[in-house]
Amino acid sequence: MAEVKIVGFLCNWCCYAGADLAGVSRFQYPPNIRIIRVMCSGRVDPVIILDSFLYGADGVFVGGCHPGDCHYLRGNYYAEKKIEMARRLLREAGVDPKRLRLEWVSASEGERFAKIIKEFTDEIKALGPVTFEKEAMEAACLAAADYRLRILATKERELLEEGNKYGEVFTRHEMDRLLDDLVREEYEAKRILLKLKEPMSVKELASELNLKPNIVLRLILDLKRYELVDLHEIRDNTPTYIAREEHAQ
Amino acid sequence: MTEEIRIGVFICHCGINIGGVVDVPTVVEYASTLPNVVHAERNLYTCSSEGLESIKAAIKEHNLNRVIVASCTPRTHEPLFRATCKEAGLNPYLFEFVNIRDQCSWVHMHEPESATEKAKDLVRMGVAKAARLEPLEELTSDVIPSAVVIGAGISGMTAALSLARNGFSVHLIEKEKEIGGMLRNLYRLYPTDELAEEFLEQRIKAVKEHKRIALHLSTSIKAVEGYVGKFKVILDENGVEKSIDAGVIIVATGAQEFEPEGLYEYGGERVITQLQLEEKLKKGDLDWAGIKNVVMIQCAGARGEVVGYCSKICCMNGIKNAKLIKEAHPDINVFIAHNELQAYGEEYELYYRDAKKAGVRFLRFPLERRPQVRRSDGKLIVDVFHERMQLDIPFEADLVVLSVPLVQNPDATQLSKMLKVPLGQDKFFFEAHIKLRPVDFATDGIFLCGTAHGPKDIGESIAQGYAAASRATIPLARGYVHSEPIISSVNEELCVGCGICESVCPYGAIEVVETEEGRRARVTGVKCKGCGTCGSSCIRRAIKMYHFTDEQLMAQERAAVVTEVIS
Repeated sequence: MAEVKIVGFLCNWCCYAGADLAGVSRFQYPPNIRIIRVMCSGRVDPVIILDSFLYGADGVFVGGCHPGDCHYLRGNYYAEKKIEMARRLLREAGVDPKRLRLEWVSASEGERFAKIIKEFTDEIKALGPVTFEKEAMEAACLAAADYRLRILATKERELLEEGNKYGEVFTRHEMDRLLDDLVREEYEAKRILLKLKEPMSVKELASELNLKPNIVLRLILDLKRYELVDLHEIRDNTPTYIAREEHAQ
Repeated sequence: MTEEIRIGVFICHCGINIGGVVDVPTVVEYASTLPNVVHAERNLYTCSSEGLESIKAAIKEHNLNRVIVASCTPRTHEPLFRATCKEAGLNPYLFEFVNIRDQCSWVHMHEPESATEKAKDLVRMGVAKAARLEPLEELTSDVIPSAVVIGAGISGMTAALSLARNGFSVHLIEKEKEIGGMLRNLYRLYPTDELAEEFLEQRIKAVKEHKRIALHLSTSIKAVEGYVGKFKVILDENGVEKSIDAGVIIVATGAQEFEPEGLYEYGGERVITQLQLEEKLKKGDLDWAGIKNVVMIQCAGARGEVVGYCSKICCMNGIKNAKLIKEAHPDINVFIAHNELQAYGEEYELYYRDAKKAGVRFLRFPLERRPQVRRSDGKLIVDVFHERMQLDIPFEADLVVLSVPLVQNPDATQLSKMLKVPLGQDKFFFEAHIKLRPVDFATDGIFLCGTAHGPKDIGESIAQGYAAASRATIPLARGYVHSEPIISSVNEELCVGCGICESVCPYGAIEVVETEEGRRARVTGVKCKGCGTCGSSCIRRAIKMYHFTDEQLMAQERAAVVTEVIS
């Protein structure tokens, strides 16, 4: 069985302390995980998670405090939504979202930490080394850095519990639909942006990315409006577009 | 950064704790091949005085500007190694910890080869982060040696007196015309049966006479600005606006009795609450002539009926009032219908026994079948379900007394927003940690006591008042506060002033302000605790979380999976 690589982001106050306790108590677990300490699980930016996958992690683990126990009061609630967003983007990029796991582990749960890591490592081993198209994961990273998904991931909880500015509370179903649509759209727009390092027409993009031309056109017009792509030239009556350099790295 | 990065790596054997599993010399050899590493060595115990000396010597000898120790956990040893770096003239935030014991050798004891490989990876990740570390300066700010205590009930008065006696000036703020809080309405206090009035009188006198306590009556809080050491509290005192500067704030706003509207036939002269009963007992205006039977109903509106929690004080309060009635009028029947009666501690248990001896009758009902109050032929009947007999027993009552819970004051929500401190599930103020920081808020410089924190009796309120004062004395006596420079900072060129960071910050440490360039987020360093949630939420990724920057975390994460360090 191939050795898999797992990156773990643990919050300093709960899960990292739980991992230390696993050590003090000598609870053994597989050596695949490489732990990075952060102050709060809410700090773990989806961009950083997706970047880990892009560079070769086969699984990413995020550990925070139990609900209500967060050292910073609410950081773990934000973490939950951010991880959910990262999972949706992984799915878009063709990676099984099970490869990203969020768990609440307290400072006193050393044994549980070891058990969870063993389970997760076994799960990742069963899935095997991760495979994806590089440009797809790059698009997911770009989408995670985009303001629209960042707003939604941060505000999701508020929209579900307290509602928007007009007091309209979203149901889970409405939120899921909104997230599905927005994540897909943002991801596809970023795929187009990455393809447009070279000038291409709508038709070429559509066939290259296996998308409907009308969707490609709409996304391109959006990108153009946000000054991320420009009209390149009219080739045989067909316009071609190109990304502005600074946006497609 | 123009300066050449020179990293020194110190790998600890920790006796056999690490050395017995991980092949330390191999890891040292590997570390010395990593980019920017100019020195690598191993120590039997890096934390021993020899180990620390060798760090200091190496910093000088090799002109190190980054130090990595790969040993146990930063949670216990980071302060020690940081201090060592500081002694050798190196900024302590240029130190990076790598945990190869608790999270490597101890958990992979039977896989020495994998553990050695993992230790190498962890050191490589540490090197990748260390190369990107930046020197940081600790933040220090002065503390104004005075306090604001909000609420002049028993806990607020206790806290104010304690602080004033310690030599600090105190502004004691009360929304009512008089100080004393809920105690002013009480008749006698358990377990001593002393008169509440007498008990209160001496304390009110002490507060009024103390030269360092400034009383602000009929006063409400309009706004709170600032942070630990430098709060500015804007008051509305009798319609006049005043501003007070203080180093610390104590919240002692108390609670109020729940109004059982629509429950148990509540209303009128014959179905009343315990507090209404006490007021009548105190004034002596209850007409006992027509009263033969008194029934008290415990947990009325509490423990799942309206509010979820147990109000804690009602058991003893009910026992007290029942006992007082029975002692004064032995021919009146007094019943207490209860679910679980808590008379905790020896004193309270003895008090309960006294009540029993005096002739108070106790009736137990199951929580899922609470007593019912009905009116029949102008009479009040209380049906109490008897669990053994499985039937309702009717008790004729001339007076029904409801033991209702304490609930939060309605204005607490506003105050919690002004102070940026949380309310818990039950709407009471929520402490930083139930065991480790029971009278602190997570926000530095703001403390908590009394029933604003949850139902508690006089003794507990006093004890908590002293506790809050004692905690508040720490910054006041020291005169300054230190805070870690692990805080966020905004790149104002990228910031668009959307305010999402402000909405996620639990400490009010980041705020959108008007600048010449437009709306921009600004961080108040002393308030920031360094969680970094603002950074991961920022829509422009304009926020840098010092010591855990995106760049540093991504370098670590990439180094974890890519063997060649990307430098």
